[in-house]
Amino acid sequence: MPLHLEVITPERRVYEDDVDMVVAPGSEGYLGILPHHAPLLTALGPGEFRVKKGGAEEVLAVFGGFMDVRGDRVVVLTDVAEHAEEIDAQQAREAREKAQRAIEAGALSAADELRARAALEHALVRLRVSERRRRRR
Amino acid sequence: MPSERELRRRLRSIRNIRQVTKAMQTVAASRMRRAQSSVLASRPYEDRLRSVLNDLGPYAEPEAHPLLVRRPVQRVAILLVTSDRGLVGAMNTNLMRAAFRFAREKPDVGYVAVGRKGIAAVRRLRAPLIAEFTGLGDRPSSTETNVIARVAQEEYVSGRVDEVHLAFTRFVNTLRQVPTLRRILPFVPEEEDIDALPPLEYIFEPDPATVLGSVLPRLIEVSVYQAILESIASEQSARMVAMRNATDNATDLIEELTLASNKARQGRITKEMLEIATGAEAMAKG
Repeated sequence: MPLHLEVITPERRVYEDDVDMVVAPGSEGYLGILPHHAPLLTALGPGEFRVKKGGAEEVLAVFGGFMDVRGDRVVVLTDVAEHAEEIDAQQAREAREKAQRAIEAGALSAADELRARAALEHALVRLRVSERRRRRR
Repeated sequence: MPSERELRRRLRSIRNIRQVTKAMQTVAASRMRRAQSSVLASRPYEDRLRSVLNDLGPYAEPEAHPLLVRRPVQRVAILLVTSDRGLVGAMNTNLMRAAFRFAREKPDVGYVAVGRKGIAAVRRLRAPLIAEFTGLGDRPSSTETNVIARVAQEEYVSGRVDEVHLAFTRFVNTLRQVPTLRRILPFVPEEEDIDALPPLEYIFEPDPATVLGSVLPRLIEVSVYQAILESIASEQSARMVAMRNATDNATDLIEELTLASNKARQGRITKEMLEIATGAEAMAKG
């Protein structure tokens, strides 16, 4: 019995398929979901969302939101989700550098520092996801 | 019977009107396609979020979160979503009629009005206006609409209102848009879903309060965002249809007037020929 996975953002349905396993970036760390998992609701952090299906693995970048696991149905509601091939690695590298410079330069207000750190984390997730795709080729 | 000149003048002005309505129809049609596809794309998110919260029904005790608290209803806020601009047929009128009828059954109502048409109507009623928003455009970002959701939440959490209802025009298809009222606060899980729920032991990460605390405000934001997208899709569809009808009516009128003006012209020529013939005959006799 496969898992039915849906990844939905306010703009679109990013992913919908029957899969064998998912590994999600939960707020408390990565967690794997197999069929017949106990009902679970977790907040998601920014991170790699891995989907395993028939020996192949696909990776999405997700940023925040929730995952609801009930029976063999997994629903991921996230603000932003991107397929690896949608990620512009160059743009992510630039974002990483910009955020790093901002943090190193210091003299940021608390809110700005938080924003810079979040931007850095997002850029790193994007880079990891797009990196993974390149290796697989 | 209007004179030939009169007919030609009207014909010219109606041709101009048709040109304008035709242009507006084309613009509305392209905006409509975009608005329709974005409203359809965003619907699953709200549906799923709602069903996740319904799954949580047993955990959503009224005291678990400020947005779940139920109080005796003394004052109600209606978040009224209308369009900024007119020429949308009866869309705004129908929505406001439904909203005001609903308001009459409530003890004391304040409005959060989105869109110029709604703001003007609330002012005419001299009803309390809690906040007003205009100029969201065709493609509002959720950042913009979240501000509106926050106003609704603050009113509710502070206890100034005991219920918040959304009034918007739900998009069904190009020809059909339905005035819709829906309570968004307090959130009450739908009863039938609770009955259907087997006694599940949910695992929460990190814990139920934190998860509820982040899912609930999100649902309010998403409901408002969705209502605004529904309204925009309805507005563009209604305008496209209104302008198409106007263009069709102008075409019919042009046809009628052309016929009348040709008849008048023919009548005049016949009359002139008759006069010439009569004149020639008189000369021949004389």
